[in-house]
Amino acid sequence: MEEHLVDWSRAQFALTAMYHWIFVPLTLGLGFIVAIMETIYVKTGSQEWKKMTKFWMTLFAINFAIGVATGIIMEFEFGTNWANYSWFVGDIFGAPLAVEGILAFFMESIFFAVMFFGWDKVSQKFHLISTWLVAVGSNLSALWILVANGWMQFPVGMQFNPDSVRNEMISFWDVLFSPVAVSKFLHTIGSGYVMASLFVVGVSAWYLLKGREEMFAKKSMIVASTFGLITSLFLVLSGDESAHQVALKQPMKLAAMEGLYEGRTEAGIVGVGILNPAKTLTNDEDPFLFELEAPYALSLLGYHDIHAFVPGMKDLVYGNKEQGIITTQEKMDKGKLAVKALEDYKEAKKANDMVKAQEARVILEENMRYFGYGYIKDPKDVVPPVAPVFYAFHIMVTLGGWFTFLFAALLYLSMKKDISDYRLLLTSAIWSIPLGYIAGEAGWVVAEVGRQPWAIQDLMPVGIAATKIATTNVMISFFMFATLFTLLLIAEIKIMTKQIKIGPNGGH
Amino acid sequence: MGFGDLELLTLQQYWWIIISFLGGFFVFIMFVQGGQTLIDKLSDNETEKTMLINSIGRKWELGFTTLVLFGGALFAAFPLFYATSFGGAYWVWIAILFCFIIQAVSYEYRSKPNNFLGQKTYEVFLKINGNLGTFLLGVAISTFFSGSEFILDSNNFVDWQNDLRGLEALLNPANYLLGFTLVFLAKVSGALYFMSSIDHEPIIDKAVESIKINFYLFIVFFLGFITWILTKDGFSVDPNGVVFIESFKYLNNFLETPIVLALFIIGVLMVVGAVFTAIVFRKTCCIKTGGVGIVLTVMAILLNVGFNGTAYYPSTTDLQSSLTIVNSSGSHYTLMAMSYASLMIPFVIAYGAYAWYSMDKVKITKQEIESPDAHNY
Repeated sequence: MEEHLVDWSRAQFALTAMYHWIFVPLTLGLGFIVAIMETIYVKTGSQEWKKMTKFWMTLFAINFAIGVATGIIMEFEFGTNWANYSWFVGDIFGAPLAVEGILAFFMESIFFAVMFFGWDKVSQKFHLISTWLVAVGSNLSALWILVANGWMQFPVGMQFNPDSVRNEMISFWDVLFSPVAVSKFLHTIGSGYVMASLFVVGVSAWYLLKGREEMFAKKSMIVASTFGLITSLFLVLSGDESAHQVALKQPMKLAAMEGLYEGRTEAGIVGVGILNPAKTLTNDEDPFLFELEAPYALSLLGYHDIHAFVPGMKDLVYGNKEQGIITTQEKMDKGKLAVKALEDYKEAKKANDMVKAQEARVILEENMRYFGYGYIKDPKDVVPPVAPVFYAFHIMVTLGGWFTFLFAALLYLSMKKDISDYRLLLTSAIWSIPLGYIAGEAGWVVAEVGRQPWAIQDLMPVGIAATKIATTNVMISFFMFATLFTLLLIAEIKIMTKQIKIGPNGGH
Repeated sequence: MGFGDLELLTLQQYWWIIISFLGGFFVFIMFVQGGQTLIDKLSDNETEKTMLINSIGRKWELGFTTLVLFGGALFAAFPLFYATSFGGAYWVWIAILFCFIIQAVSYEYRSKPNNFLGQKTYEVFLKINGNLGTFLLGVAISTFFSGSEFILDSNNFVDWQNDLRGLEALLNPANYLLGFTLVFLAKVSGALYFMSSIDHEPIIDKAVESIKINFYLFIVFFLGFITWILTKDGFSVDPNGVVFIESFKYLNNFLETPIVLALFIIGVLMVVGAVFTAIVFRKTCCIKTGGVGIVLTVMAILLNVGFNGTAYYPSTTDLQSSLTIVNSSGSHYTLMAMSYASLMIPFVIAYGAYAWYSMDKVKITKQEIESPDAHNY
């Protein structure tokens, strides 16, 4: 592989994924908010609610189109930039994507057209059902792609086949109901609901501060802050479960999230902290320049037991006999045995030497768990970049706490007082829109940077997964995508803000 | 008895049939792409143009979705194709993707105030998607017959032999035949769709005129393409999986699988019949007949190149690296699991057809587009 090829391939995928995630959360949540509003309209027959539904629906559509466009790129980039990956695990990874197409995308796209153009063409009931189906469809598509992502983080339900040199699925249900996939799905859609709620309360707050569209804004605010409060509590619960899963399945990621170099029992969580840039795996520097710690919290969060031992990065790299953790070097040795055994197997089969092939196969199967380690050059390479993971995690959690408080305050004041009087709170609601996007992206940084260097945990490092291609090609396409996505994002923001300025009574 | 009891080969064939059907459906839905290239020719003023864009604008997601499903189904059912072709012929696919991203936003953003790039730009995007996107897809599919330059190593990882990474397909003039065939076919079906969905005489008049020209161009390239594949050497596979060159392979395939040949002939006749009815009798019905005809014809061509011992994605560098439905498929278990999911397809088609019917039974009129609270593109 050419030098830098892997980095450019990762950069292109990260670019696409991060742009995609700008648009998707709003689609996930706004779909339901719009459906709730339309349900109220159908129940009450009030034109005010119809207008409200249509207004938020317009914003939904502006956002939806570009989410679809970035989504298709992600799907095809598995093939264009990760061809080896696509073969090595396509038998498992492809299935959820295909099912997503059959079960979710068609539902989304077919009823999307009815939702926008069907107001006077289909019955009121059919229209309402269509709106709900768009929301359900978009969330179902999230399910399948997150199942696929969950599988990369914690591969289950498959077996390696040395004849075809790939992993093959042996249980669809294990893949679908993998605890990592389930918690990832719940946490991710939860974040989408919160994002959409922030969007609606933020925009409504802007109208209230401007003294415009008061009734409309207050009603929207109540719907969205209720939805936001419920879903942010849900987000906390699913986040707790996600962290627990990370602790069990990806301890290295958890250690990076917390900047934990030395493992310990009764480990605390660093609530606020600044990492010491001089700290490395091998020196004795203090990991933090400054930290505030909540005692016992990490043991509790990770293992649901305040006395539990939480392994640090050093334990995971250099081993910890007391805790029964083997060294990365041992894993690499086993991995190399597996890689070698696969080559021996292929050669023996070519030479028609079945005895030798069988011997190689036994060695391969014994060491297959560590197959990916066979490609790791230095034990320290299994540590992800600590700083981005640590900071992203803390930003995400802190903002999540703020959002919960914001929704509670907005809901309480909307119900009990005149919310228009609380201008500082309304201003912070507007500013919370960008914060919501930051929190969501930070979550993905934790999930994806935190699992480096693995494309598939323990089985395939990113370096092996990438398509073999001259780096220049990927550099050129990276800049093409970066330019196009940025232009479209600017267009989206300009159109969106213009529509908001026009308001529910001014345009269509 | 379930899918699990079927033999691997049967499941591979079943999935190739589904892929062929999706391919056919996608080519049919490219009436959206064709329609996009006609928005200026079929309109005399902004209202008419908006009517045209709103007509196909209600269907573009369907095409997009089909493309996504086509990708997903290939990934799951024939992962080695996914890895080899997308990773190998990098630039062709990236170029196609580009042509599709710009489509997705153009409908929604085109007529919105403050849209940054201007209405004209979004209309140009639609035309690039309609002409170049369609053309490149045709060229990419044409390599199923002309072959590509790649080697698979012992891990089945692709090593593409041409630095143009897929763009070399443009150096083979034969690949242009299918490219242009699709471009003109999409224009014809686009015009047929406008006739069925818009109730406005001036547009229908111009649609009929445009079908006349584009249909003749389509026929020229289509006959060229068919003549090329029926007379060329093809990539054959023997029962042991060894690939070899066979003269008149694709002609033989048609003759040896009469069902596929029948599908092909019926499909072509339906398309010709639909076009004939539209231009001679000015009937507005004909996108349905024409659409079924397109699906059948494309299916027959893809079945031809996949069935009857044929390597559907041949390598001209190393014949034995060529992909067949047998050596490139998912495992028995995965194909079985996916086959259960595929039972949902008729259900999806049913609700899709219902939604389509409900929406299209009221035709687009000038009044609707000019109404103040219309959601217009």
